[in-house]
Amino acid sequence: MEFQIIWFILWAVLWAVYFMLDGFDLGVGMLQRFLGRNEAERGAIIRTIGPVWDGNEVWLLTAGGATFAAFPTTYALMFSYLYTALLLILFSLIVRGVSVELRGKEEGATWRSRWETAFFVSSFLPALLFGVAFGNIFQGLPMDADGYHGNLFTLLNPYGLLTGIFFVLLFIMHGALWIGVKTTGDLSKRASGLANKVWYPLLVVAVLFLIDTKFATNLYSNFVGTPVLFVMPLLAVLALLGIKIFAAKGSLLTAFASSCVTILSVTFTGVIGLFPNLIPSSIDPRYSLTIFNSSSSPYTLKIMTGVALVFVPIVIAYQAWNYRVFRKKIDQNEMEQGKAY
Amino acid sequence: MDVVMLSRLQFAVTAGFHFIFVPLTLGLSLLVAFMETKYVRTGDEMYLRMTKFWGKLFLINFALGIVTGITLEFQFGMNWAEYSKYVGDIFGAPLAIEATLAFFLESTFIGLWIFGWDKVSKKLHAASIWIVAIAASLSALWILLANGWMQKPVGYVLRNGRAEMVDFGALVTNSYGWSKFFHTVLAGYVVAAFFVMGISAYHLLRRNEITFFKASFRMAATFGLVASLLVFISGDFHAVEVSTTQPTKLAAMEAVWDTQQGAPYNLLAFPDVENERNSVEAISIPKGLSLLAYHDGNAEVKGLKDFPKELRPPVMATFLSFRSMAALGMLFMLLSLIAWLLARRDVLESYPLFLKIMLFAIPLPYLANQVGWIVAEVGRQPWIVYGLLKTSDAVSKAVTPMQVVGSLVGFTLLYGFLAIVDIYLLTKTAKKGPEDGSPIVVKTNNLAGN
Repeated sequence: MEFQIIWFILWAVLWAVYFMLDGFDLGVGMLQRFLGRNEAERGAIIRTIGPVWDGNEVWLLTAGGATFAAFPTTYALMFSYLYTALLLILFSLIVRGVSVELRGKEEGATWRSRWETAFFVSSFLPALLFGVAFGNIFQGLPMDADGYHGNLFTLLNPYGLLTGIFFVLLFIMHGALWIGVKTTGDLSKRASGLANKVWYPLLVVAVLFLIDTKFATNLYSNFVGTPVLFVMPLLAVLALLGIKIFAAKGSLLTAFASSCVTILSVTFTGVIGLFPNLIPSSIDPRYSLTIFNSSSSPYTLKIMTGVALVFVPIVIAYQAWNYRVFRKKIDQNEMEQGKAY
Repeated sequence: MDVVMLSRLQFAVTAGFHFIFVPLTLGLSLLVAFMETKYVRTGDEMYLRMTKFWGKLFLINFALGIVTGITLEFQFGMNWAEYSKYVGDIFGAPLAIEATLAFFLESTFIGLWIFGWDKVSKKLHAASIWIVAIAASLSALWILLANGWMQKPVGYVLRNGRAEMVDFGALVTNSYGWSKFFHTVLAGYVVAAFFVMGISAYHLLRRNEITFFKASFRMAATFGLVASLLVFISGDFHAVEVSTTQPTKLAAMEAVWDTQQGAPYNLLAFPDVENERNSVEAISIPKGLSLLAYHDGNAEVKGLKDFPKELRPPVMATFLSFRSMAALGMLFMLLSLIAWLLARRDVLESYPLFLKIMLFAIPLPYLANQVGWIVAEVGRQPWIVYGLLKTSDAVSKAVTPMQVVGSLVGFTLLYGFLAIVDIYLLTKTAKKGPEDGSPIVVKTNNLAGN
């Protein structure tokens, strides 16, 4: 297999895992203020992601670094073309990290309440903007030999916004299920109740997204060309239905697993549709950035493949172990005692 | 101002701000790891309290280091797209490796360390802060190998309209990167040593928790003495590396205008850039500069006049930064030596003036780190990759001056706010001192004063 294709797959995996993992952190951030009824509950909600959020975010840094190393031209153009949108994501991620870490470093309701507001905004914005960015990548960016002919507002087109809302709802669902799984008692019940309710608008938006994708993008042409690939969107639909079935039965862990599968398969569906483009041009396909015309040299790709094949499995192993160490739910006792975080 | 100047300014602001937190992370992670190891080995509760108190300060600093680091990875693409396209085949690799090897380790094990007090064994818990400390250095290594390549490009060919890597081994063994790594990491240890000594001095002056802070001070003094000596030695080696690869940087650092064999070192000098000479030159040590720069008293030192003006770095900034860094470096050796002697003889409380000096010395190693980076980066101008790509050709074409003005204002406001929060929290936590002395009260799942 050509190294470009290996790196395309790795690129897809890095983004998909990032969305699966940080997706619930962002969801938790959007819900924390509203789901937690008192200080102990709001602290407990943040505590559910405390030991893991930073490690989850590194998947984004690695996806960014991998884009730089494997597809430098795409990295350069994507980041400079989407300057303002990425700046907003960046500011949000900075504020999000600081909110999680510093909220508990000081006593006092005002201090905490302000960080919680910051936490909400800085979780909502990346969720929305990642969706907007990927919606626009799916459609293609207005770029040609003269460069880029768009700005922040051209990104906010109907399909881009639809994808943004889709991401927001997906992550709220994901975060609600995570809170449901990781807490006990009334808080867990409320979280799963919310997940059950959010599922309906999520379904509506997902269906709209699937339909509009037909009209706004070329994503389906790869699937029509190789129908076996339809397995992926089918999996996404089944997993989305699975969320509701399991959540309604109260088996939250399975519902959360379904939600993980949903996010992975949605990301893979989009990326399969893009292939071999990384960013299509909406003006003329000749100017599209593909894995072939924007990649690093075979030598660099070979070295990076070696690095990835050795170290990514190790990373997965110790991160999985870390999740295992913190597998216990946060119970009532711990909630009162560790009101800290 | 144009996009180039604005983007340079933004990079300087964001990288400089990030580098307030990095050196302390590098050094304090190691000190906390020593403290926790001592606790595990001896069972002495004082070391547990030390781990928690210094650990809390470490975490506040660490959080800011993490979040401000993301900016740098984004910025290469956002503001320096032409650079990223031209050298991405080489430069992207160490960045991606840094994330894969170091960031994952750091972020996962810091989570375990913060929340794992009652989840894993004492030994494993101590091991996790060691892993964080090692990962922090590993991260420094890869980013400095990347920067080392910008300073001394190796292992590449020009092909397909860009620089392509042909020898990964050359990148990884680049002597410039390695000498810079040792110098930078050791400078971080000095920051941490002075941070711990300064805060300990504050409490010793108030006769607060004397045993606790004497032990902290002693540990930091030894660490600081070793580190500041090694910074000096590594700096000496690094200077030779600079002289042989970037003669323009050396000439600007020392304000040398005319090429000379066996060049003297002027203890006092001040450049007059307009007239291409020095307005002050006094107390010369014969052959001193040749000796420092090449470890050979008769070596030839190139003067700035040998290079066209457009290929010279800004002389004044490079010169002043280098001089202040070197002077501060010597001061650190002196202060650490006194600190170490007084701590060893256990007479710290009898020298309140010295303790006061140590308290007010906390910002100095930070300053030395910042000016050190000015020497490294401003001294490399007008090149972004020395001899290969000019900074002015590296900037993004798709970005407008207004966009960069907007982002620069945004960064300044956000970072200004973060700086206030950081200083407020650090000062407050440092002044408060360690949690209650009786070890029974130490809450097990409440590390670092969450």
